[in-house]
Amino acid sequence: MSDNPVQEAIDTEIKSNDVVLFMKGTPVFPQCGFSAAVVQVLNHLGVKYKGVNVLEDDSLRNGIKDYSNWPTIPQLYVKGDFIGGCDIVREMFETGELTEAFSTRGVDVQIEA
Amino acid sequence: MTAPGITATEQTIREKVAEAFAPARLEIENESHKHHGHAGSPGTGDSHFALTVVSDAFAGMDRVMRQRQVYELLADELAGPVHALALTLATPEEAAKRGL
Repeated sequence: MSDNPVQEAIDTEIKSNDVVLFMKGTPVFPQCGFSAAVVQVLNHLGVKYKGVNVLEDDSLRNGIKDYSNWPTIPQLYVKGDFIGGCDIVREMFETGELTEAFSTRGVDVQIEA
Repeated sequence: MTAPGITATEQTIREKVAEAFAPARLEIENESHKHHGHAGSPGTGDSHFALTVVSDAFAGMDRVMRQRQVYELLADELAGPVHALALTLATPEEAAKRGL
């Protein structure tokens, strides 16, 4: 993949977790409205995910933008695939495509009652 | 010259998007005022935008490809004054279906 240690660490994170959200803040304490919106969607769908706080590490914050050629945060990955940022996640949630994106990749969705 | 109430950045975004996508519809909302005082808000009044583009140019592209095109087009702005850019990108058919 790359001999850059930051890119390698990102790659490992994405490949060793089914659902990873690179975000500002944490799932419990999002520090940006766009990250908070994605957290809300994932929580609503009852999907298990790992939140990675890019504010803790500038190299990560910049590295994730290079990794996916995507200049903004949050970024959602499912089974290694880049799904999108806040706009895309919201749109896909509204159309039902997001649930499909999880199920077709074998990720459990348990929508809150 | 910029129209009253329109920031220079908003004007640049409008011109670039109009030229690149020949949109049937193009709306830019300056949301900077909503973010004053937040972490990451420079308080310039020129930092947070929501962009709606309806264009045939998006036909045959998935969501990620569409957004990447806009991000690339506005790379200078995103590296500069623009801290957040919410995007709604659709073809005219999709816009009609979604009631955009």
